[in-house]
Amino acid sequence: MKILVALKQVPARDSALKPSADGRWIDESDMQYEINEPDAYALEAGLQLKERCGGEVVVLTAGPARVSSSIREALAKGADRAIHVEQDGLEAWDPLSVARLLSAAAMLESPDLVLTGLQSDDAGSGQTGVMMAELMGVAHATIIMKVDVEDGAVAGISIKVKRELEGGWFQDLTLPLPALLTIQSGINKLRYATLMGIKKARTKEVKVVTAADLGVEAKPLVVLERLAPPVKKSTGEMIAGTAKEQAAKLVEKLRFEARAI
Amino acid sequence: MSRVLVVAEQQGGVLHKMTLETLAAGQGLGGELVVAVMGEGASQAAGVLAGYRASKIVVLDHPALAAYTAVAAVAALEWMIGEEKPELVLMPHTYQTRDFAPRLAARLGCPLASDVVSFGQDERGLVCERQLFQGKMTGTFRVDGGGLAILTIQAGAYRADQAEPGQAQVIDAAPEMRGASGTAAPAAPYTETARTVDLSAAERIVAVGRGIKEEGNLEVVRELAQALGAELAASRPICDNGWLGMERQVGSSGQTVAPKLYVAVGISGAIQHIVGMKGSKCVVAINKDGDAPIFEAADYGIVGDLFEVVPAIVEELRKAGA
Repeated sequence: MKILVALKQVPARDSALKPSADGRWIDESDMQYEINEPDAYALEAGLQLKERCGGEVVVLTAGPARVSSSIREALAKGADRAIHVEQDGLEAWDPLSVARLLSAAAMLESPDLVLTGLQSDDAGSGQTGVMMAELMGVAHATIIMKVDVEDGAVAGISIKVKRELEGGWFQDLTLPLPALLTIQSGINKLRYATLMGIKKARTKEVKVVTAADLGVEAKPLVVLERLAPPVKKSTGEMIAGTAKEQAAKLVEKLRFEARAI
Repeated sequence: MSRVLVVAEQQGGVLHKMTLETLAAGQGLGGELVVAVMGEGASQAAGVLAGYRASKIVVLDHPALAAYTAVAAVAALEWMIGEEKPELVLMPHTYQTRDFAPRLAARLGCPLASDVVSFGQDERGLVCERQLFQGKMTGTFRVDGGGLAILTIQAGAYRADQAEPGQAQVIDAAPEMRGASGTAAPAAPYTETARTVDLSAAERIVAVGRGIKEEGNLEVVRELAQALGAELAASRPICDNGWLGMERQVGSSGQTVAPKLYVAVGISGAIQHIVGMKGSKCVVAINKDGDAPIFEAADYGIVGDLFEVVPAIVEELRKAGA
């Protein structure tokens, strides 16, 4: 089975964020980046599937030169090769434009299965994967908890998945291949790259293409005009002091003000 | 916006609670408002919707729509949008909407802004606000529909009790479903957790998140829960790691709770968590990051190291004999 994993590089979790000078994105100076968390689980799901069904895992990512660090990480974990759509300024593209870019690159590979995270930790639109499925003309399912390996998957005909619904409900679906799945965070145990894996990654193929090569232009219809920390609406009270002072004040307030204990 | 389409969500004739919120958002625009509803039980749900102010309620009736599939939902709404030619389509940002709305927008080549917290018009057209970086930033987006745009509305962004009552006509329509043949009916939904812990009945809840770092550190919050006579709950990552059972998860994929006291320890407050606990009477947030969105939902906030603050609270509680 040929598995394509679409992943995005995003600012590392817990990064200090401030708007850029023009107020249209965050200030990226000194920023650390990592693989978008749900995408990391999609990669792991792809690697596990390959281990059981055979085939190859191809990583697809779009972004500036810096995303090559995430590509190396994915290759070190076991992906076979990668496609880097090198493009600056993607934060100004909307999900449909990015989906056009990624699906154009993906279709050249004719994958049996495309895996990606359910949403990104930065823009968080949760659209790109599902849009890719439409543009590629393949079936899709979202918020996937489990990908089953059964005869259909091994033969490349169909795949059985467990989809998460709201409020603790689930549903099993069988999709014809090719298909695209958006993977929920936390569904498997992420592997670490081994020393051997890191060494091997250096010799693996990374194909670099541009949006122009793929014949895709940005035509964003949803444009971020201004980004700012949320306006504080909370009427809540912040309790200052040392840990001991904070604890004493809180307990007093809970007892006598909120009467919650 | 002179023509607005609201896509209702329902299950077995019962409206999803976010449907009326989305309807209220649509009503606020004035103009003609059409509501579409589909799936098994749609007629019954339409009967409820008929009690609100709208131009009409359209029941989309087709065998392929009985049990939800993305393919059928996209085909039916593509037809509906072609018939009604709305300028704006509003949907509740539910799991189901997340499953089909991007596919619909890609098919129609129209803009989609998801998980929108507010929207309106200025002299240049449609603008909306949505959160980025998991609630740490708010973005103002211009949506250039060129005649059609889709917005999905975040839970709680608009108030269901502000949906204006009225009398709407119910119409049945048989959509022409392009490309929806041959989809297998999905299996019935199921649940796995025997709800041995009913958090919705708890008077006090201590909830723990990523900030606890390791499973071995859970004892810190267990002691607080014990000192408060509270149930222990968690945000999603803790349950995903198996540190606490799924039945203790609070949020959109877990339980919705409304206790007298909710203490969020090391929880940053992603919207998926907030929707599950914002009905709590008194919320205490303890987090090392003063910019964490959880403080927006808190009545009392403590910025600090939970490993120092929580034991200090336990000590105070014991001293106070609570």
